Amino acid sequence: MNEIVPVVEMTGIAIGFPGVKALDGVDFRLFQGEVHALMGENGAGKSTLIKALTGVYTIDSGTITVLGERKSFTTPAESQAAGISTVYQEVNLCPNLTVEENIMLGREPRRGGKTGRGSIDWKAVRSRTREVLAGLHLDHVEPNSLLASHSIAVQQLIAIARSVEINAKVLILDEPTSSLDAEEVAQLFRVIRELRDKGVAILFVSHFLEQVYEISDRMTVLRNGKLVGEYMTRELSRMSLISKMIGKDMEALAELDNGPAKERTAADASAMPFIEAVGLGRKGSVSGIDLAINPGEVVGLAGLLGAGRTEIARLFFGADKADEGHLKVKGIQEKIRSPRTAIDKRIAFCSEDRKQEGLIGDLSVRDNLILAMQASKGWMRRVPRRVQDELVTEYIEALDIRPANPDALIKNLSGGNQQKVLLARWLVTEPGLLILDEPTRGIDIGAKTQIQKLVNQLAAKGMSILFISSELEEVLRVSDRIAIIKDREKLAEIHNNGVSVEDVMSVIAGGTQ
Amino acid sequence: MSALSTLAKPSTRKATQARTRLRASARYAPTLATVGLFLAMFAVGSGLYPSFLSGQVFLNLFIDNTFLIVLAVGMTFVILTGGIDLSVGAVVALSMMVAATLLQQGWNPAAVIVLVLVIGSGLGFLMGLVIQYFDIQPFIVTLAGMFLARGLCYVISLESIPVTEGFFTGMAQAQIPLPGELFISPGVVLALLIVAAAFFVLHHTRFGRTVYAIGGNEHSAMLMGLPVKGTKILVYALSGLCSAIAGILFSFYSLSGYSLAAQGMELDAIAAVVIGGTLLTGGTGYVLGSVVGVLVLGIVQTFIAYDGTLSSWWTKIVIGGLLLVFILLQRLFARKTA
Repeated sequence: MNEIVPVVEMTGIAIGFPGVKALDGVDFRLFQGEVHALMGENGAGKSTLIKALTGVYTIDSGTITVLGERKSFTTPAESQAAGISTVYQEVNLCPNLTVEENIMLGREPRRGGKTGRGSIDWKAVRSRTREVLAGLHLDHVEPNSLLASHSIAVQQLIAIARSVEINAKVLILDEPTSSLDAEEVAQLFRVIRELRDKGVAILFVSHFLEQVYEISDRMTVLRNGKLVGEYMTRELSRMSLISKMIGKDMEALAELDNGPAKERTAADASAMPFIEAVGLGRKGSVSGIDLAINPGEVVGLAGLLGAGRTEIARLFFGADKADEGHLKVKGIQEKIRSPRTAIDKRIAFCSEDRKQEGLIGDLSVRDNLILAMQASKGWMRRVPRRVQDELVTEYIEALDIRPANPDALIKNLSGGNQQKVLLARWLVTEPGLLILDEPTRGIDIGAKTQIQKLVNQLAAKGMSILFISSELEEVLRVSDRIAIIKDREKLAEIHNNGVSVEDVMSVIAGGTQ
Repeated sequence: MSALSTLAKPSTRKATQARTRLRASARYAPTLATVGLFLAMFAVGSGLYPSFLSGQVFLNLFIDNTFLIVLAVGMTFVILTGGIDLSVGAVVALSMMVAATLLQQGWNPAAVIVLVLVIGSGLGFLMGLVIQYFDIQPFIVTLAGMFLARGLCYVISLESIPVTEGFFTGMAQAQIPLPGELFISPGVVLALLIVAAAFFVLHHTRFGRTVYAIGGNEHSAMLMGLPVKGTKILVYALSGLCSAIAGILFSFYSLSGYSLAAQGMELDAIAAVVIGGTLLTGGTGYVLGSVVGVLVLGIVQTFIAYDGTLSSWWTKIVIGGLLLVFILLQRLFARKTA
């Protein structure tokens, strides 16, 4: 590839939000006629970088050059005027308007000559729309049909049509394939390739590694708001890409010991699983998940952030409704429509985001702890204060919650202790299946070990546990079996007898097993 | 055919077109339902009362509601963006008070009208600025605007102020004859001109289409690079302008200024817009529908006047019932088209 002048050049970009440095001195280049993938885990700064380029966020420092001209964007309109157009994951068009309006909105041809400021020339709008749609093989889409009447895939192509109409030099596609099926993805890629061959510079963001390797020519990797590097796609193996994304090289990963051996024997494999998913899936989320968890077994979900781990947990708990496959609880097929039914079936879910979804900061340890139990009993039957006190004292002691004061407000506890309260809340309900989504995120090493130990103890008592963590070592340390999730599907399932971090990584990278 | 054509589930173009037509008619359905309701009410009235079926009864619906039509036009713009303007009734009263007071002091009627229009649109503009730049719900901002305008009325005078000025009294009595011994007032002509202008702006200018886009999805509209801020502010200024014009028209009609006038008129305007088929969530609706909505409110009043035994509060009860029915209807349509 000729090292000609980049269409877009961003240098030393920094953006901060209160308490967070979202981007820190990131450089980025985009050339004409290439598909460039922006890679990184969730929270690496991909979206922030895109929003800096599209004028949604204003940069704190750094420079943006488009076609050799210094730019400082403060609104999306300015960025679009510079020839940069974006198609977002959630299709940012207006569902209440027609296809032609969505393509032409804000740039409708008007009567009264070229500089005319007269009324909209709807005839010209119609014919221009037909032209643009035909260019994208969308001849079958009626310009005057409502946007909402089309599938997400077509809506996405219509959003691209809007960029084509603008004559965009740069097209940014932010997770365009996350709600498309394989066939739709192939069709989208065809359009992307055609646009690239016409000289459009395309920035492609996706969680799907295989798609990135299929479509991109070059990639930039970000981690924790910092630039890791820029690579040619064909020169970077999947393994090294992953290690760059998560920031640990292979040797270091391999050297990590497996930690303390599990203090119990694996569960009896012949037992009836407590819960079994058969072909479980949901459009736009995960698909075809088969997973069984026996009583007394810890199953770990391994995979990159955004691979679909939390989505699986949410399907198990009924927080999202599955639209394919089904769940069996103790061998009986059950419809888990809501968290309420899941709780009735003795499924508990410790969510990833304890502040947002789990704990109520202004209530005391006691109130937070009793919450799930009270909910399962119904609001009319209050748990007597004496029972509350007994339970709370028991769990504060068992989990070593500090301070050991039932009336302390949750928001004043440390992260690790908050996590323990959240765990205790579900343990009080004596669940058959405990789903732990990132139970050790953001807590100190001591509390981490305590929680890992607790998981072992609970499993030893016969509880089924689904354990999710981005720290592979941790997953390996606690799980009996590991399901590997990639690109929103279950890739493999391995028994954890001496499996190393590197083994799991190579499965994710699609190498040998 | 290209490979992409497989994206459209029914394969032939004809099927797609037929479906599009069906969708299109679904878009007009709430408004058409309102038209149907109006015609049905007119037919029932004609059956019950012999003198009901006359052109003049129909035209009186316009003559007696010119101000409400103009208010509903402004309100349609606001509701289409997904907002609400609660201040319009109070701004009508304020406009009447300002006009009556200044006319009493011998001001030139033309100057009075211009000043009133400037005050009305200025108030709306300010509310729009606050809504946009401080990101406060329109409900609260326009509620504050309502108290402010109503309060200013009381500051000007607690008493009713009569209007005796020649131009205003002339307009109050003026009739424009139509064939068949029918007549309308000049106010009706003005109101219909405003409706026509609003229709043109909403459907044939970029500003109008941006109004719809904001109502459809404000965030998307912003990301599409549309002038969202300016449009939203302008919409409230327009509603303020319409309120001021409605105030002048109401002055022609009542020939007085009174600080308690037009109480609850903002709610009538909102009801007319909703009954006319505009979704309160924004993005869907037609200004012509709002006009029909006003006519429906008018015909309910006419009914009660013809009956003679019913308390006028029945108007409110019927309007409340209709409002509920129409909101439920919209919900059903929205589910079907979604």
